[in-house]
Amino acid sequence: MDPFGTYIKAVSARAADKEILKKAQDGGIVSAAYIYGLESGLLDGVIIADKEDGFAAAPKVATTREEILSAAGTKYTVCSNLSVVKSAVREYGCEKVGFVGTPCQVRSIRKAIKYPVGYRHVPDKIALIMGIFCMENFPYNGMKAIVEEHCGIKMDDVVKTDIGKGKFWVYSKWGDVKTVPLKDTHPYEQMSCHVCMDYTAELADISTGSVGSPDGWSTIFVRTAKGEEYLNKMVEAGAIETKDIDAVKPGLDLVQKLALSKKEKNAKEVEHRKEIGLPVPY
Amino acid sequence: MVKVAHVQLSSCCGCLVSLADTYEKLLDVLGAIDLVYSQTLADVREVPDDVDIILLEGSVCLSDHHAMEVALDSRKKAKILVALGACAATGNVTRFSKGNQPSKPVHDAFAPLTEVVKCDLAIPGCPPSPESIVAVVLAALNGDMEYLEPYAELAKYGSEACGCDLITKVINKSLCMGCGSCAAACPTRAVSMDAGRPLVDKEICIKCGSCSVQCPRIRFPELIEKIE
Repeated sequence: MDPFGTYIKAVSARAADKEILKKAQDGGIVSAAYIYGLESGLLDGVIIADKEDGFAAAPKVATTREEILSAAGTKYTVCSNLSVVKSAVREYGCEKVGFVGTPCQVRSIRKAIKYPVGYRHVPDKIALIMGIFCMENFPYNGMKAIVEEHCGIKMDDVVKTDIGKGKFWVYSKWGDVKTVPLKDTHPYEQMSCHVCMDYTAELADISTGSVGSPDGWSTIFVRTAKGEEYLNKMVEAGAIETKDIDAVKPGLDLVQKLALSKKEKNAKEVEHRKEIGLPVPY
Repeated sequence: MVKVAHVQLSSCCGCLVSLADTYEKLLDVLGAIDLVYSQTLADVREVPDDVDIILLEGSVCLSDHHAMEVALDSRKKAKILVALGACAATGNVTRFSKGNQPSKPVHDAFAPLTEVVKCDLAIPGCPPSPESIVAVVLAALNGDMEYLEPYAELAKYGSEACGCDLITKVINKSLCMGCGSCAAACPTRAVSMDAGRPLVDKEICIKCGSCSVQCPRIRFPELIEKIE
Protein backbone atom coordinates (compact mmCIF):
# COMPACT_ATOMS: atom_id res chain seq x y z
CA MET A 1 0.00 0.00 0.00
CA ASP A 2 1.24 3.45 -0.93
CA PRO A 3 1.51 5.36 2.36
CA PHE A 4 1.67 9.00 1.22
CA GLY A 5 0.27 9.33 -2.29
CA THR A 6 2.29 11.18 -4.91
CA TYR A 7 4.54 13.99 -3.78
CA ILE A 8 7.39 16.02 -5.17
CA LYS A 9 9.30 16.49 -1.96
CA ALA A 10 9.00 16.33 1.81
CA VAL A 11 10.56 18.75 4.26
CA SER A 12 10.40 19.65 7.92
CA ALA A 13 9.49 23.28 8.52
CA ARG A 14 8.26 25.93 10.89
CA ALA A 15 6.99 29.47 10.61
CA ALA A 16 9.63 32.17 10.97
CA ASP A 17 7.20 34.57 12.64
CA LYS A 18 7.39 34.20 16.43
CA GLU A 19 3.82 35.39 16.92
CA ILE A 20 2.54 32.60 14.67
CA LEU A 21 4.64 29.99 16.49
CA LYS A 22 3.25 31.11 19.82
CA LYS A 23 -0.35 30.55 18.71
CA ALA A 24 0.07 27.66 16.31
CA GLN A 25 -0.34 23.96 17.07
CA ASP A 26 3.06 22.86 15.82
CA GLY A 27 5.12 24.52 13.11
CA GLY A 28 2.40 27.03 12.18
CA ILE A 29 2.62 26.10 8.50
CA VAL A 30 -1.01 26.78 7.59
CA SER A 31 -1.05 30.14 9.40
CA ALA A 32 2.30 31.11 7.87
CA ALA A 33 1.19 30.13 4.37
CA TYR A 34 -2.08 32.00 4.73
CA ILE A 35 -0.54 35.16 6.16
CA TYR A 36 2.19 35.12 3.54
CA GLY A 37 -0.45 34.57 0.85
CA LEU A 38 -2.61 37.49 1.94
CA GLU A 39 0.32 39.84 2.46
CA SER A 40 1.98 38.98 -0.85
CA GLY A 41 -1.24 39.03 -2.87
CA LEU A 42 -1.03 35.36 -3.83
CA LEU A 43 -4.32 34.88 -1.95
CA ASP A 44 -7.12 37.33 -1.26
CA GLY A 45 -9.23 35.22 1.07
CA VAL A 46 -8.69 32.06 3.06
CA ILE A 47 -10.93 29.47 4.67
CA ILE A 48 -10.21 28.96 8.36
CA ALA A 49 -11.60 26.82 11.16
CA ASP A 50 -12.34 29.44 13.76
CA LYS A 51 -12.96 28.84 17.47
CA GLU A 52 -16.40 29.56 18.84
CA ASP A 53 -17.92 29.44 22.33
CA GLY A 54 -17.43 26.12 24.05
CA PHE A 55 -14.34 25.37 21.94
CA ALA A 56 -16.54 24.52 18.95
CA ALA A 57 -15.13 24.92 15.47
CA ALA A 58 -16.78 27.04 12.81
CA PRO A 59 -15.68 27.66 9.24
CA LYS A 60 -15.04 31.28 8.30
CA VAL A 61 -13.61 33.28 5.47
CA ALA A 62 -10.64 35.31 6.68
CA THR A 63 -8.97 38.20 4.93
CA THR A 64 -6.63 39.53 7.64
CA ARG A 65 -3.64 38.35 9.63
CA GLU A 66 -5.54 38.87 12.91
CA GLU A 67 -8.40 36.61 11.85
CA ILE A 68 -5.95 33.87 10.89
CA LEU A 69 -4.02 34.12 14.14
CA SER A 70 -7.15 34.06 16.28
CA ALA A 71 -8.16 30.79 14.59
CA ALA A 72 -4.74 29.11 14.86
CA GLY A 73 -4.54 25.73 16.52
CA THR A 74 -6.20 22.37 16.01
CA LYS A 75 -9.76 21.71 17.20
CA TYR A 76 -10.09 17.95 16.64
CA THR A 77 -13.77 18.35 15.88
CA VAL A 78 -15.81 18.52 12.70
CA CYS A 79 -15.65 21.86 10.91
CA SER A 80 -17.52 22.08 7.60
CA ASN A 81 -14.91 24.09 5.74
CA LEU A 82 -16.39 23.52 2.32
CA SER A 83 -19.67 25.09 3.32
CA VAL A 84 -18.16 28.58 3.11
CA VAL A 85 -16.16 28.18 -0.10
CA LYS A 86 -18.92 29.68 -2.21
CA SER A 87 -19.39 32.54 0.26
CA ALA A 88 -15.71 33.37 -0.16
CA VAL A 89 -16.27 33.78 -3.89
CA ARG A 90 -19.74 35.32 -3.87
CA GLU A 91 -19.97 37.40 -0.71
CA TYR A 92 -16.33 38.29 -0.16
CA GLY A 93 -15.58 38.56 -3.87
CA CYS A 94 -12.37 36.58 -3.49
CA GLU A 95 -10.64 35.45 -6.65
CA LYS A 96 -7.69 33.63 -5.08
CA VAL A 97 -8.99 31.49 -2.26
CA GLY A 98 -6.80 29.49 0.10
CA PHE A 99 -8.46 26.32 1.34
CA VAL A 100 -7.38 24.13 4.21
CA GLY A 101 -8.97 20.92 5.32
CA THR A 102 -8.68 17.40 6.55
CA PRO A 103 -7.93 14.73 3.92
CA CYS A 104 -11.65 14.07 3.36
CA GLN A 105 -12.32 17.77 2.87
CA VAL A 106 -9.44 18.04 0.44
CA ARG A 107 -11.06 15.17 -1.48
CA SER A 108 -14.36 17.04 -1.41
CA ILE A 109 -12.87 20.21 -2.85
CA ARG A 110 -11.08 18.20 -5.55
CA LYS A 111 -14.41 16.65 -6.46
CA ALA A 112 -16.04 20.09 -6.51
CA ILE A 113 -13.34 21.28 -8.92
CA LYS A 114 -13.52 18.24 -11.20
CA TYR A 115 -17.30 17.82 -11.10
CA PRO A 116 -18.54 21.32 -10.27
CA VAL A 117 -22.29 20.75 -10.77
CA GLY A 118 -23.30 23.09 -7.95
CA TYR A 119 -20.14 25.17 -7.83
CA ARG A 120 -20.63 27.92 -10.39
CA HIS A 121 -17.51 30.05 -10.88
CA VAL A 122 -15.72 28.41 -7.95
CA PRO A 123 -13.18 25.97 -9.47
CA ASP A 124 -10.90 28.61 -10.99
CA LYS A 125 -10.92 30.68 -7.79
CA ILE A 126 -9.24 28.03 -5.62
CA ALA A 127 -5.63 29.17 -5.55
CA LEU A 128 -4.15 26.85 -2.93
CA ILE A 129 -5.32 23.63 -1.30
CA MET A 130 -3.66 22.76 1.98
CA GLY A 131 -4.29 19.48 3.72
CA ILE A 132 -3.62 18.45 7.28
CA PHE A 133 -2.67 14.97 8.46
CA CYS A 134 -5.64 13.29 10.08
CA MET A 135 -6.15 9.92 11.72
CA GLU A 136 -9.79 10.50 12.64
CA ASN A 137 -12.07 13.23 13.89
CA PHE A 138 -14.56 13.67 16.72
CA PRO A 139 -18.07 15.02 16.39
CA TYR A 140 -18.50 17.98 18.74
CA ASN A 141 -20.46 15.94 21.28
CA GLY A 142 -17.82 13.22 21.13
CA MET A 143 -15.09 15.68 21.94
CA LYS A 144 -17.28 17.19 24.66
CA ALA A 145 -17.58 13.77 26.29
CA ILE A 146 -13.81 13.32 26.23
CA VAL A 147 -13.10 16.77 27.62
CA GLU A 148 -15.88 17.04 30.18
CA GLU A 149 -16.38 13.45 31.32
CA HIS A 150 -12.88 12.02 31.00
CA CYS A 151 -10.89 15.15 31.82
CA GLY A 152 -13.34 17.00 34.04
CA ILE A 153 -12.81 20.29 32.23
CA LYS A 154 -15.74 22.35 30.93
CA MET A 155 -15.74 23.02 27.20
CA ASP A 156 -16.09 26.74 27.91
CA ASP A 157 -12.80 26.64 29.82
CA VAL A 158 -10.72 24.90 27.16
CA VAL A 159 -7.93 26.95 25.60
CA LYS A 160 -6.09 24.23 23.72
CA THR A 161 -6.34 20.58 22.80
CA ASP A 162 -3.60 18.39 21.42
CA ILE A 163 -2.85 14.82 20.45
CA GLY A 164 0.62 13.50 21.11
CA LYS A 165 2.59 10.80 22.88
CA GLY A 166 -0.40 8.48 22.70
CA LYS A 167 -2.63 10.85 24.63
CA PHE A 168 -5.35 13.42 24.09
CA TRP A 169 -4.36 16.60 25.96
CA VAL A 170 -6.67 19.30 27.25
CA TYR A 171 -5.44 22.67 28.56
CA SER A 172 -7.85 24.82 30.56
CA LYS A 173 -7.72 28.56 30.96
CA TRP A 174 -7.11 28.01 34.68
CA GLY A 175 -3.86 26.26 33.89
CA ASP A 176 -5.03 22.67 34.30
CA VAL A 177 -3.53 20.11 31.94
CA LYS A 178 -5.40 16.82 31.70
CA THR A 179 -4.83 13.80 29.48
CA VAL A 180 -6.74 10.77 28.31
CA PRO A 181 -5.05 7.76 26.71
CA LEU A 182 -5.94 7.79 23.01
CA LYS A 183 -7.37 4.28 23.24
CA ASP A 184 -10.10 5.64 25.53
CA THR A 185 -11.08 8.23 22.94
CA HIS A 186 -11.73 5.71 20.16
CA PRO A 187 -15.42 5.16 21.05
CA TYR A 188 -16.07 8.86 20.45
CA GLU A 189 -14.65 8.94 16.93
CA GLN A 190 -16.79 9.85 13.98
CA MET A 191 -17.75 6.48 12.47
CA SER A 192 -17.50 7.77 8.90
CA CYS A 193 -13.78 8.38 9.47
CA HIS A 194 -13.32 4.62 9.46
CA VAL A 195 -13.84 4.34 5.70
CA CYS A 196 -11.22 7.00 4.98
CA MET A 197 -8.04 5.74 3.36
CA ASP A 198 -6.13 8.99 3.44
CA TYR A 199 -3.85 10.06 6.29
CA THR A 200 -1.65 12.70 4.69
CA ALA A 201 -4.21 14.60 2.54
CA GLU A 202 -2.95 13.01 -0.64
CA LEU A 203 -4.83 15.31 -3.01
CA ALA A 204 -3.68 18.64 -1.52
CA ASP A 205 -1.18 20.99 -3.12
CA ILE A 206 0.67 21.07 0.20
CA SER A 207 0.02 18.67 3.10
CA THR A 208 1.26 19.28 6.60
CA GLY A 209 1.14 17.76 10.06
CA SER A 210 3.24 17.43 13.19
CA VAL A 211 4.07 13.75 12.82
CA GLY A 212 7.60 13.04 11.68
CA SER A 213 9.11 16.33 12.84
CA PRO A 214 10.46 17.47 16.23
CA ASP A 215 8.26 19.45 18.64
CA GLY A 216 7.47 22.88 17.28
CA TRP A 217 8.10 21.77 13.71
CA SER A 218 5.82 20.29 11.05
CA THR A 219 6.29 17.82 8.23
CA ILE A 220 5.34 19.05 4.77
CA PHE A 221 4.60 17.12 1.60
CA VAL A 222 4.64 19.20 -1.56
CA ARG A 223 2.50 17.42 -4.11
CA THR A 224 1.77 19.65 -7.09
CA ALA A 225 3.69 22.13 -9.22
CA LYS A 226 1.40 24.82 -7.81
CA GLY A 227 2.26 23.76 -4.25
CA GLU A 228 5.97 23.68 -5.02
CA GLU A 229 5.95 27.16 -6.49
CA TYR A 230 4.05 28.46 -3.48
CA LEU A 231 6.37 26.83 -0.97
CA ASN A 232 9.47 28.07 -2.78
CA LYS A 233 8.13 31.61 -2.66
CA MET A 234 7.44 31.25 1.06
CA VAL A 235 10.98 30.05 1.70
CA GLU A 236 12.48 32.83 -0.42
CA ALA A 237 10.41 35.43 1.40
CA GLY A 238 11.57 34.01 4.72
CA ALA A 239 8.06 33.11 5.86
CA ILE A 240 9.17 29.63 6.91
CA GLU A 241 12.43 27.91 7.66
CA THR A 242 12.95 24.37 6.43
CA LYS A 243 15.15 21.39 7.20
CA ASP A 244 15.85 18.26 5.26
CA ILE A 245 13.29 15.68 6.39
CA ASP A 246 16.01 13.01 6.52
CA ALA A 247 17.96 15.10 9.01
CA VAL A 248 15.21 15.29 11.64
CA LYS A 249 13.83 12.83 14.14
CA PRO A 250 11.60 10.84 14.07
CA GLY A 251 11.32 11.41 10.30
CA LEU A 252 9.15 9.95 7.57
CA ASP A 253 9.30 6.41 8.95
CA LEU A 254 6.87 7.36 11.68
CA VAL A 255 4.54 9.12 9.20
CA GLN A 256 4.63 5.99 7.07
CA LYS A 257 3.85 3.77 10.04
CA LEU A 258 0.80 5.84 10.97
CA ALA A 259 -0.39 6.29 7.39
CA LEU A 260 -0.21 2.56 6.77
CA SER A 261 -1.88 1.70 10.06
CA LYS A 262 -4.81 3.96 9.12
CA LYS A 263 -5.02 2.50 5.63
CA GLU A 264 -4.83 -1.10 6.77
CA LYS A 265 -7.34 -0.67 9.57
CA ASN A 266 -9.80 1.22 7.39
CA ALA A 267 -9.38 -1.11 4.42
CA LYS A 268 -10.61 -3.85 6.72
CA GLU A 269 -13.56 -1.71 7.78
CA VAL A 270 -14.43 -1.00 4.13
CA GLU A 271 -14.35 -4.74 3.41
CA HIS A 272 -16.46 -5.40 6.47
CA ARG A 273 -19.02 -2.82 5.38
CA LYS A 274 -19.23 -4.46 1.96
CA GLU A 275 -19.71 -7.89 3.52
CA ILE A 276 -22.62 -6.79 5.64
CA GLY A 277 -24.17 -4.85 2.77
CA LEU A 278 -23.41 -1.29 3.79
CA PRO A 279 -22.46 1.16 1.05
CA VAL A 280 -18.97 2.64 0.75
CA PRO A 281 -17.94 5.62 -1.35
CA TYR A 282 -17.04 4.37 -4.83
CA MET B 1 -18.10 18.76 -37.10
CA VAL B 2 -20.18 17.46 -34.21
CA LYS B 3 -23.81 18.50 -34.49
CA VAL B 4 -25.35 19.76 -31.27
CA ALA B 5 -28.92 20.85 -30.60
CA HIS B 6 -30.38 22.59 -27.57
CA VAL B 7 -34.01 21.59 -27.08
CA GLN B 8 -36.31 23.07 -24.45
CA LEU B 9 -39.35 21.70 -22.69
CA SER B 10 -40.85 22.95 -19.44
CA SER B 11 -38.01 25.07 -18.18
CA CYS B 12 -36.95 28.58 -17.40
CA CYS B 13 -34.00 28.97 -19.79
CA GLY B 14 -31.68 28.96 -16.79
CA CYS B 15 -29.59 26.07 -18.09
CA LEU B 16 -29.11 27.88 -21.39
CA VAL B 17 -28.15 31.04 -19.55
CA SER B 18 -25.68 28.93 -17.57
CA LEU B 19 -24.20 27.60 -20.80
CA ALA B 20 -23.91 31.15 -22.13
CA ASP B 21 -22.38 32.18 -18.80
CA THR B 22 -19.16 30.48 -19.82
CA TYR B 23 -18.15 33.69 -21.63
CA GLU B 24 -15.00 33.09 -23.64
CA LYS B 25 -15.20 29.35 -23.05
CA LEU B 26 -18.56 29.39 -24.87
CA LEU B 27 -16.60 30.34 -27.97
CA ASP B 28 -14.41 27.26 -27.52
CA VAL B 29 -17.52 25.15 -27.25
CA LEU B 30 -19.33 26.85 -30.11
CA GLY B 31 -16.15 26.71 -32.17
CA ALA B 32 -15.90 22.98 -31.64
CA ILE B 33 -19.51 22.20 -32.53
CA ASP B 34 -22.10 22.87 -35.14
CA LEU B 35 -25.11 24.25 -33.28
CA VAL B 36 -27.89 22.97 -35.50
CA TYR B 37 -30.84 23.92 -33.32
CA SER B 38 -31.42 26.28 -30.41
CA GLN B 39 -34.53 28.37 -30.10
CA THR B 40 -32.67 31.17 -28.39
CA LEU B 41 -29.32 31.14 -30.15
CA ALA B 42 -30.06 29.96 -33.70
CA ASP B 43 -32.73 30.72 -36.28
CA VAL B 44 -33.81 27.17 -37.07
CA ARG B 45 -37.37 25.84 -36.75
CA GLU B 46 -36.88 22.07 -36.84
CA VAL B 47 -34.46 19.76 -35.09
CA PRO B 48 -32.55 17.97 -37.89
CA ASP B 49 -32.80 14.19 -38.10
CA ASP B 50 -29.29 13.15 -37.16
CA VAL B 51 -27.86 15.15 -34.30
CA ASP B 52 -24.81 13.95 -32.39
CA ILE B 53 -25.66 15.52 -29.06
CA ILE B 54 -29.02 16.89 -27.94
CA LEU B 55 -28.97 18.91 -24.76
CA LEU B 56 -32.54 18.82 -23.55
CA GLU B 57 -33.50 21.30 -20.89
CA GLY B 58 -36.71 21.08 -18.86
CA SER B 59 -39.17 18.48 -17.66
CA VAL B 60 -41.82 16.78 -19.75
CA CYS B 61 -45.44 17.80 -19.24
CA LEU B 62 -47.14 14.42 -19.54
CA SER B 63 -50.54 16.04 -20.07
CA ASP B 64 -49.25 17.84 -23.17
CA HIS B 65 -48.85 15.55 -26.15
CA HIS B 66 -46.55 18.04 -27.89
CA ALA B 67 -44.08 17.76 -25.03
CA MET B 68 -44.21 13.98 -25.15
CA GLU B 69 -43.59 14.08 -28.89
CA VAL B 70 -40.61 16.39 -28.51
CA ALA B 71 -39.15 14.05 -25.88
CA LEU B 72 -39.59 10.94 -28.03
CA ASP B 73 -38.42 12.78 -31.13
CA SER B 74 -35.28 14.00 -29.37
CA ARG B 75 -34.45 10.46 -28.28
CA LYS B 76 -34.85 9.26 -31.85
CA LYS B 77 -32.74 12.01 -33.39
CA ALA B 78 -29.88 12.14 -30.89
CA LYS B 79 -26.86 9.87 -30.73
CA ILE B 80 -26.23 11.20 -27.23
CA LEU B 81 -29.21 12.57 -25.34
CA VAL B 82 -28.25 14.74 -22.39
CA ALA B 83 -30.80 15.66 -19.72
CA LEU B 84 -29.51 19.17 -19.13
CA GLY B 85 -30.22 20.58 -15.70
CA ALA B 86 -32.27 19.44 -12.76
CA CYS B 87 -35.71 19.67 -14.41
CA ALA B 88 -34.67 17.21 -17.10
CA ALA B 89 -32.47 15.13 -14.81
CA THR B 90 -34.40 14.88 -11.57
CA GLY B 91 -37.60 16.90 -11.93
CA ASN B 92 -36.45 19.84 -9.83
CA VAL B 93 -39.18 22.40 -8.91
CA THR B 94 -41.58 20.87 -11.41
CA ARG B 95 -41.81 17.92 -9.00
CA PHE B 96 -44.10 20.16 -7.00
CA SER B 97 -46.46 20.91 -9.89
CA LYS B 98 -49.95 19.59 -9.31
CA GLY B 99 -52.27 21.12 -11.82
CA ASN B 100 -53.39 24.56 -12.93
CA GLN B 101 -50.06 25.26 -14.52
CA PRO B 102 -49.92 27.84 -17.27
CA SER B 103 -50.34 27.98 -20.17
CA LYS B 104 -53.27 25.57 -20.15
CA PRO B 105 -55.06 25.12 -16.82
CA VAL B 106 -55.20 21.34 -17.07
CA HIS B 107 -51.45 20.94 -17.38
CA ASP B 108 -50.01 18.89 -14.55
CA ALA B 109 -47.86 15.77 -14.20
CA PHE B 110 -44.39 17.07 -14.99
CA ALA B 111 -41.82 14.31 -15.17
CA PRO B 112 -38.08 14.58 -15.70
CA LEU B 113 -36.88 13.54 -19.13
CA THR B 114 -34.92 10.68 -17.56
CA GLU B 115 -38.23 9.06 -16.56
CA VAL B 116 -39.79 9.45 -19.99
CA VAL B 117 -37.07 8.30 -22.37
CA LYS B 118 -33.68 6.69 -21.95
CA CYS B 119 -31.06 9.40 -21.52
CA ASP B 120 -27.35 8.86 -21.99
CA LEU B 121 -26.19 11.54 -19.61
CA ALA B 122 -27.82 13.70 -16.97
CA ILE B 123 -26.41 16.88 -15.51
CA PRO B 124 -28.36 17.88 -12.38
CA GLY B 125 -28.14 21.28 -10.72
CA CYS B 126 -30.36 24.32 -10.89
CA PRO B 127 -28.79 25.47 -13.04
CA PRO B 128 -25.75 23.25 -13.52
CA SER B 129 -22.62 25.38 -13.36
CA PRO B 130 -21.25 26.64 -16.69
CA GLU B 131 -18.06 24.73 -15.90
CA SER B 132 -19.88 21.43 -15.57
CA ILE B 133 -21.83 21.92 -18.82
CA VAL B 134 -18.66 22.75 -20.71
CA ALA B 135 -16.79 19.83 -19.13
CA VAL B 136 -19.54 17.38 -20.10
CA VAL B 137 -19.88 18.68 -23.67
CA LEU B 138 -16.12 18.63 -24.21
CA ALA B 139 -15.80 15.15 -22.67
CA ALA B 140 -18.61 13.94 -24.92
CA LEU B 141 -16.84 15.45 -27.94
CA ASN B 142 -13.60 13.73 -26.94
CA GLY B 143 -15.25 10.45 -26.03
CA ASP B 144 -13.91 10.64 -22.47
CA MET B 145 -16.24 7.99 -21.08
CA GLU B 146 -14.39 7.71 -17.78
CA TYR B 147 -15.15 11.32 -16.94
CA LEU B 148 -18.76 10.94 -18.07
CA GLU B 149 -19.45 7.78 -16.08
CA PRO B 150 -21.04 9.54 -13.05
CA TYR B 151 -23.29 11.56 -15.38
CA ALA B 152 -24.26 8.35 -17.20
CA GLU B 153 -25.17 6.77 -13.85
CA LEU B 154 -27.31 9.74 -12.93
CA ALA B 155 -29.15 9.38 -16.23
CA LYS B 156 -29.89 5.78 -15.31
CA TYR B 157 -30.67 5.92 -11.60
CA GLY B 158 -30.87 9.53 -10.59
CA SER B 159 -34.40 10.55 -11.42
CA GLU B 160 -35.25 11.31 -7.82
CA ALA B 161 -33.17 13.74 -5.87
CA CYS B 162 -33.54 16.08 -2.97
CA GLY B 163 -31.96 16.96 0.33
CA CYS B 164 -33.41 13.72 1.69
CA ASP B 165 -30.68 11.90 -0.22
CA LEU B 166 -28.19 13.30 2.24
CA ILE B 167 -30.06 11.68 5.08
CA THR B 168 -30.93 8.36 3.47
CA LYS B 169 -27.76 7.75 1.47
CA VAL B 170 -25.08 9.41 3.56
CA ILE B 171 -25.98 10.15 7.16
CA ASN B 172 -28.12 7.05 7.73
CA LYS B 173 -25.33 4.98 6.23
CA SER B 174 -22.77 6.46 8.59
CA LEU B 175 -20.79 7.99 5.76
CA CYS B 176 -21.09 11.74 6.39
CA MET B 177 -17.87 13.30 7.65
CA GLY B 178 -19.25 16.83 7.69
CA CYS B 179 -17.27 18.52 4.93
CA GLY B 180 -20.09 20.90 4.00
CA SER B 181 -19.86 20.29 0.26
CA CYS B 182 -23.64 19.84 0.10
CA ALA B 183 -24.34 23.15 1.83
CA ALA B 184 -22.11 25.06 -0.57
CA ALA B 185 -23.61 23.32 -3.60
CA CYS B 186 -27.23 24.11 -2.69
CA PRO B 187 -28.50 26.93 -4.93
CA THR B 188 -31.37 27.86 -2.60
CA ARG B 189 -29.52 27.68 0.72
CA ALA B 190 -31.85 24.92 1.86
CA VAL B 191 -28.88 23.06 3.31
CA SER B 192 -27.12 24.43 6.36
CA MET B 193 -24.61 22.70 8.58
CA ASP B 194 -25.59 21.89 12.14
CA ALA B 195 -22.93 20.33 14.37
CA GLY B 196 -21.12 19.07 11.31
CA ARG B 197 -24.11 17.50 9.60
CA PRO B 198 -26.39 18.88 6.90
CA LEU B 199 -29.75 20.22 7.96
CA VAL B 200 -32.21 20.39 5.08
CA ASP B 201 -35.10 22.83 5.02
CA LYS B 202 -37.71 20.96 3.02
CA GLU B 203 -39.69 24.14 2.43
CA ILE B 204 -36.81 25.56 0.46
CA CYS B 205 -35.35 22.42 -1.17
CA ILE B 206 -36.24 22.31 -4.87
CA LYS B 207 -35.05 18.74 -5.49
CA CYS B 208 -32.28 19.78 -7.87
CA GLY B 209 -29.89 17.08 -6.69
CA SER B 210 -26.85 19.37 -6.40
CA CYS B 211 -26.16 18.39 -2.79
CA SER B 212 -26.11 14.65 -3.23
CA VAL B 213 -24.35 14.78 -6.59
CA GLN B 214 -21.62 16.87 -5.03
CA CYS B 215 -21.22 14.55 -2.01
CA PRO B 216 -17.89 12.71 -2.16
CA ARG B 217 -19.20 10.03 0.18
CA ILE B 218 -21.80 8.76 -2.33
CA ARG B 219 -19.64 8.88 -5.41
CA PHE B 220 -15.94 9.54 -5.69
CA PRO B 221 -14.76 8.87 -9.26
CA GLU B 222 -11.26 7.44 -9.30
CA LEU B 223 -9.97 9.94 -11.83
CA ILE B 224 -10.16 12.69 -9.20
CA GLU B 225 -7.19 10.95 -7.54
CA LYS B 226 -5.01 12.09 -10.43
CA ILE B 227 -3.80 15.55 -9.53
CA GLU B 228 -1.14 17.53 -11.34
